[in-house]
Amino acid sequence: MRGPHDMGGLPAGPVDRTEHKHDFWEKRVDALARLLTERKLRTTDESRRAIESLAPDAYDRMSYYERWMAAITTILLERGVITSDELGRKMEEVRTRKAAP
Amino acid sequence: MTGMERRAVPARFRPGERVAVRRADPPGHIRTPFYIRGCVGVVERLCGAFANPEELAYRRTGLPAQPLYRVRFNQCDIWPDYRGPAHDTVDVEIYQHWLEPR
Amino acid sequence: MAHEHDHNHGHDHDHGPKFRHPPQPDEDETLGYYQLMEVAVRELLIEKGLISADDLRRTIEKIDSRSPALGARMVAHAWVDPAYKKRLLADGSAAAQELGIDASDVKLIVVENTPRVHNVIVCTLCSCYPRPILGLPPDWYKARSYRSRVVREPRAVLREFGTGLADDVEVRVHDSTADMRYLVLPERPPGTEGWDEARLAELVTRDSMIGVTKVSSPAA
Repeated sequence: MRGPHDMGGLPAGPVDRTEHKHDFWEKRVDALARLLTERKLRTTDESRRAIESLAPDAYDRMSYYERWMAAITTILLERGVITSDELGRKMEEVRTRKAAP
Repeated sequence: MTGMERRAVPARFRPGERVAVRRADPPGHIRTPFYIRGCVGVVERLCGAFANPEELAYRRTGLPAQPLYRVRFNQCDIWPDYRGPAHDTVDVEIYQHWLEPR
Repeated sequence: MAHEHDHNHGHDHDHGPKFRHPPQPDEDETLGYYQLMEVAVRELLIEKGLISADDLRRTIEKIDSRSPALGARMVAHAWVDPAYKKRLLADGSAAAQELGIDASDVKLIVVENTPRVHNVIVCTLCSCYPRPILGLPPDWYKARSYRSRVVREPRAVLREFGTGLADDVEVRVHDSTADMRYLVLPERPPGTEGWDEARLAELVTRDSMIGVTKVSSPAA
């Protein structure tokens, strides 16, 4: 079965040439990926595999950098660099902080 | 030779040789696109030997390194309904373990 | 093409809950789940001492420093210097280094467009792109339509970019499935005789180095 990423030759509509300026957070994701590779905490191959393992509709539901962020996190969890527990707590802390007046 | 090339599977194919992309459909991290499997092309060049990404994806070494080839295919040999000229081509980089002589 | 005027503000959200920055553009919206994750992962990694805010800043600056202008310099130089062109086609990474462009982390292959052969680059499996030479890829390069269709009907896709090719030209699509990264050396357009490199480089667009367009002749 072809993976959701393996799309060469499939039918598709016209190319949408609209371009968007990269948001700050997207550049930070890109930078994080590169830095983690430099630190040998991640490889491109692992991250690609993690993206390919996302739910089949991830390609349509998630943006490019959302998929990359999901993949980076998956690899860090697999390698034990971070744990789900501490990530969950930190995400809640950040959410609360961002919502504070 | 690089360190990786010293620990590589020997290269089987030469530029100009006809090769077929093996038909197989394993799960895992595969860098041989679905559309090219089963197609016959010609080796354009040996790119070198590289650790196997199928293994690297699972944090294994991917060694011994696999020879990687740029293989050129006629569009007409890939798509039965290709509408462009007969000399249009696609070049794809394929690891040796996906190639068979033709 | 889309040149980004991002001015990274030079600090990250690593000061802790008490410090409030002046609002930055991406803080005005509610944080999405993955944006929240990005902040959280980054802060955890910094807390653990695995990366630093400075490292991230430096890396973003490196990303920002790369743009199609780098590739355009290589193309223009190849147009005026046949010996450089030969070296460029033999080893793209080494040729980039000659011009002070750091391509040490990629294996760059430069493919030449001629009156007989038109090259176009894609990564059908993901978004492999010569980032050290061209910067970040455009959205369409990473999206479904281009990745699906350009290997199968390249001439139709090229027409959508305004590029028509005669039947006697070979259209050669390169699918970057492995470690190599590709750059197209477009044909030098007529009407540029005697131009200096800087002027020539201004003509060279990102899209012509991906291969979806040619470099246009300057307006008469």
